Amino acid sequence: MSERTNDETSPDRAGAAGVPATTAAPAQVVGVRQGMFGTHDAGDTSGYGGLVRTIAFPAPSVRPFGGEFDELADALTVALDAEGTAFDTAVESVVVDRGEMTLTVRREHILSVCRVLRDEPDLRFELLSGVSGAHYPGETGRELHALYHLLSITNNRRVRLEVACPDADPHIPSVVEVYPTADWHERETWDFFGIQFDGHPALTRIQMPDDWPGHPQRKDYPLGGIPVEYKGATIAPPDTRRAYS
Amino acid sequence: MTDRTIDDPTTDATTDATTDDPTAGPTDGADPYGVFETDAAEGTVFTAGGGDWTDIAEEAASLGEERIVVNMGPQHPSTHGVLRLILELDGETVTEARCGIGYLHTGIEKNMEFRTWTQGVTFCTRMDYLSPLYQETAYCLGVEKLLGITDEVPERASTVRVMLMELNRVSSHVVALATGGLEIGALTVMTVGFRMRERVLKLFELVTGLRMNHAFIRPGGLSQDIPPGAIDTIRDAIPDIRRDISDIEKLSNENPLVKARLVDVGYLDLAGCMALGITGPVLRSTGLPHDLRRSQPYCGYETYDFDVVTWDSSDAYGRLRIRIEEMKQSLDIVEQTLDRLQESGPGPVMIGDRKIAWPAQLAIGGDGMGNSLDHIREIMGTSMEALIHHFKLVTEGFRVPVGQVYSAVESPRGELACHLVSDGGTRPYRAHFRDPSFVNLQAVAAMCEGGQVADVIAAVASLDPVMGGVDR
Repeated sequence: MSERTNDETSPDRAGAAGVPATTAAPAQVVGVRQGMFGTHDAGDTSGYGGLVRTIAFPAPSVRPFGGEFDELADALTVALDAEGTAFDTAVESVVVDRGEMTLTVRREHILSVCRVLRDEPDLRFELLSGVSGAHYPGETGRELHALYHLLSITNNRRVRLEVACPDADPHIPSVVEVYPTADWHERETWDFFGIQFDGHPALTRIQMPDDWPGHPQRKDYPLGGIPVEYKGATIAPPDTRRAYS
Repeated sequence: MTDRTIDDPTTDATTDATTDDPTAGPTDGADPYGVFETDAAEGTVFTAGGGDWTDIAEEAASLGEERIVVNMGPQHPSTHGVLRLILELDGETVTEARCGIGYLHTGIEKNMEFRTWTQGVTFCTRMDYLSPLYQETAYCLGVEKLLGITDEVPERASTVRVMLMELNRVSSHVVALATGGLEIGALTVMTVGFRMRERVLKLFELVTGLRMNHAFIRPGGLSQDIPPGAIDTIRDAIPDIRRDISDIEKLSNENPLVKARLVDVGYLDLAGCMALGITGPVLRSTGLPHDLRRSQPYCGYETYDFDVVTWDSSDAYGRLRIRIEEMKQSLDIVEQTLDRLQESGPGPVMIGDRKIAWPAQLAIGGDGMGNSLDHIREIMGTSMEALIHHFKLVTEGFRVPVGQVYSAVESPRGELACHLVSDGGTRPYRAHFRDPSFVNLQAVAAMCEGGQVADVIAAVASLDPVMGGVDR
């Protein structure tokens, strides 16, 4: 379901009316749904069993992004150039979707991008709203994602940074030295996803007990079924029950 | 060290006979868990070894001073739930303060990944139990943004959402004031506060059917319309609530004892708030008028007339005054919503798209809230299509296009936001809540270190953390 590959072509969405950003790069196909209901455990008797639909994450946008997003990208480009880093080196891709901008940042550049976003007079993202994680087990080589939600009170705008790291090497530089508020957020993301934030002052578990094995929000975390006191019945773990997605 | 072993009964006689130490262990037939003579004399001795214990002991010895580390909580009424404060004390002065959280972690975010988008409301409403309607709104706004139906939500639904949220702000702020008052010894503030909260919860019960955990706001609108007579009942209740606010003001605003406990306590300036990501009344107490209702309006907040309350003292007293003033502003907004609801008359409260809106028509049945008998009679008796549709939508749910959104609302404690990821299925791929209590609690160290132990209570109360939201 959550297999994210870039090699599949997507329906051409460029040129649609009202879409501010034209899409040149292919959409990120995350999987294929078959049949009418998305169930896998029983035959599809609806007559639509042969239906195949691809599921694609919004494709990377190309300029113009539309309105303030271009200003933001321009200011970030200038500021990163002054630091000696090209925009394309630090930022893998830009997605503008549903009025929100997501910059996918390469992990070695996250700290400098955050510092520029905070300090540059045209950007001034003073507030890091939060850090959350997401786990895409099918996206080989970049299974774990950390998402930083930034808010600029001065310019009244938001931007999201997305940083991916492989499950085999789950390290992302910590941004605590730029945004001290990231302290607990990164601890929570470590706790739930197992992403290690290098340079964090005390990366310990925060919600789960200290000796807890595993990272519960990962998609491969084993879930328990519940034994029922009625003729030895059990309720299956939720991820093995019949589902429609 | 007292040696306690439970001997095998079959060998008891022989082992006891050969023991020459008269103080060692239980004698034949004695309770191994009972009190020994030696316990009274020297007490049970515990030895800690291995790990880094040697280093810790050496460090403590080299410092040459006695450090007192006090665990305040997790079971202590003044910690607002199960918050554990780890304080290092030098006399009455707090030299280090740290928080231990996680005692109320219930895995709501993980649970939401295994329920439909509509059922998600039922889970997230239970996070911050003092402001359930804010979680519902933040989540529903996120789902609506993913679906691209933000503009199609009926105006009446948005108006009712605003009304409920502002009533909720009153009931949440008053608990902050009441428990804060209780903790510094102002018991009447507590009794008045909870009496007032009761008035608001009765209104919630009237409108949503429940006092808390409403699950009333749904993706696309509301689960049902407000009941007949609700507008008048709410309007009639507002003067009583205003009188209670006035009572609290009289009891606390210029009270010398309250001022002595709160003025210059829990100080955190604007730079500190920005660095630590603090929002809500704590941020506004530094004088910055940052309010998402004003800067990034949702649910039509740009059309309401209200003030963003600020204070310039950056301390616990300023936060008290802000909360009181915000309750008055909230009641003003509630009155505006009531006027609009009265003017507009009845109308839809759910989006017209029948692929998203539940076909259910709720009514008060003999067993409480349930589907109306007319609706059941129709789908069971006359329209098989409707029955199929109802069944599919309720069990399977609707699909949400692929993507991710971040939707934020101004909760009583600050920016409450929901980060949702959809993989195109009928369930959230990931739902994360940025709870303001969680973030604001990080300020405990900055606010308390260097102060008195008693001020820790006042400082934490001024942050107004709700552990259900912190731990989720």
